[in-house]
Amino acid sequence: MSATLHTQGLAKAYGGVQALDGASIEVRPGSITGLIGPNGSGKTTLFNVITGYAKADAGEVFLDGRKITNLAPDRVFALGIGRTFQLTRIFPSLTVLENMLIAAQHKERSRNPFAAAGGAASRRHAMELLDFTGIASHAGELAQTLSYGQRKLLELSYVLVADPDIVLLDEPAGGVNPSLINHLAARIRDLNAAGKTFLIVEHNMDFVMGLCDPVTVLDYGSVIASGPPEAVRNDPRVLDAYLGVDDDETTESGSAAF
Amino acid sequence: MTAVRASQAGGSLLLLAAAAMFPLVFTNAAVTNYGVYALIFVAAASAWNIFSGYSGYISLGHAVFFGSGAYLTGIATTDWHFTGSKVFLLLPLAGLLGAVLAVPFGLVALRVRRHTFVVITIAVFFIFQLMAYNLSVTGGTSGLLAPTVNYATATYNNPFYYAAFAIAVGTILLSWLVRRSRFGLQLRAIRDDEDRARGLGVHTMRVKLSAFVFSAIPVAMIGGVWWYYTTLVDPSSGFDPLFDVAIALMAFLGGLGTVAGPVLGALLIEPAYLYFQQQVSSGYIFLILYGALFLVVILLLPRGVIPTAGELLKKWRARQKNAGSPAGPGPPAGAVAAEVDRAREHA
Repeated sequence: MSATLHTQGLAKAYGGVQALDGASIEVRPGSITGLIGPNGSGKTTLFNVITGYAKADAGEVFLDGRKITNLAPDRVFALGIGRTFQLTRIFPSLTVLENMLIAAQHKERSRNPFAAAGGAASRRHAMELLDFTGIASHAGELAQTLSYGQRKLLELSYVLVADPDIVLLDEPAGGVNPSLINHLAARIRDLNAAGKTFLIVEHNMDFVMGLCDPVTVLDYGSVIASGPPEAVRNDPRVLDAYLGVDDDETTESGSAAF
Repeated sequence: MTAVRASQAGGSLLLLAAAAMFPLVFTNAAVTNYGVYALIFVAAASAWNIFSGYSGYISLGHAVFFGSGAYLTGIATTDWHFTGSKVFLLLPLAGLLGAVLAVPFGLVALRVRRHTFVVITIAVFFIFQLMAYNLSVTGGTSGLLAPTVNYATATYNNPFYYAAFAIAVGTILLSWLVRRSRFGLQLRAIRDDEDRARGLGVHTMRVKLSAFVFSAIPVAMIGGVWWYYTTLVDPSSGFDPLFDVAIALMAFLGGLGTVAGPVLGALLIEPAYLYFQQQVSSGYIFLILYGALFLVVILLLPRGVIPTAGELLKKWRARQKNAGSPAGPGPPAGAVAAEVDRAREHA
């Protein structure tokens, strides 16, 4: 079973904008934790700080009680935390299979860097995962020829081939067509059942509420609510953050906001 | 697919044999002279491509290794009173110097990317040229002269030809090994998205620096051959900005990041360069033509001859296949399975 990831009082400012302001979250092993919040509430910045793509001004990140704050991205990855990006980042001039192999290379047993890229085991595992996400028929094509939705699937596939314990997904459903979204949710559920932990940033509320438990809500860089989806959905502070209305009005409008 | 690979291997062996026989068939010194220079640039452009082509970091400072290799061979030859073919024994030492220089050079330059990286490589290049002008060991402006060699006139060029040939073949082999290896895949991932590669556990600095060192070694060795062949190195010829531009142009023309591209580019450009240099009395006109050629390549063939030709061939094959199948616009039956097979086989 994978480890607990938690952050304590993370702060990060870009110029005058306080993107993170004392953000403390917890991702329990085996959970699919959702991370939501209005635009600019600091969700992606939180991802960046956890995975080493941005340096925290203050606060700490812990993995199983061990401090991993501000480690370089390759080190964080080696500890078993993999991520995708909101704007999908694949390697366009490598083939789809080569994209998979680059993510698998850290597991290769051979220490000889001149060994041919991707051993038989890596290739088999890569093809299995491409089958699993449904893009195996494109394995030999350059990744730049894939459609937007296929790129999302490729990025998810190659993060999975690396076999991290904790997978951070930044808007996996963004810009993806509805049938593919269901496919994606089913895949995530399968993987979770097999023991993978997920932290998912997503704007599609049906997707989050149907998949994630618990759900954590960020606003202005700090956590304003966290708990089961039902509780968060009806939390007045959350409704306030999304709609900017008074507390007494929210009680009337209820869960219609979602 | 295996048939294609077999024909590729056969073609490579045939070319190799032809190159090995070249000075035995063409005994005219004017012709073998072309061969020596062409091979010098085959080695240099291929070596440059191992770093710059695969990683996408365009170095305009590889003349540092070329000149240093030339000077080291010159200094050691003079100090140790080496003569004749014994001088060629110094080439591994030149390669070692290239590797040793590449480490601090790389550690400084590889901290930055793109334009900044290019500017730093140029700056380091000029530092070395200035040192060559001012240090006593390099002979200042007058440079270092090679001892006269008593090779038979008829076959005078042959030892140089085969020394350059050995280094060129070794470099191409290294380039091929890197291209198909995990190391090469990491380099190409860095070219596409370095930060993303880092986030997938690629130790980017280590990978980039290793490639920089590997690419410096053959350039320094071939610099030694060049010094012995031309018999003189001075600061402006050893550390020549035109050398940097030339090897980059060769790789761009043939196909950046391919094994065959820089070889083809060097074989096309260097003999043409020598020919025009002899034909056109004013060197300036040829330099202008050279610059114009670079512009044309970047504008019209930005990916180079080999990738463009490969694409055309693929399209032509696909059209042939479609014309033959009655299935219409959709992919022919079994194409998907074939694609997967090919991906599995893909090196």
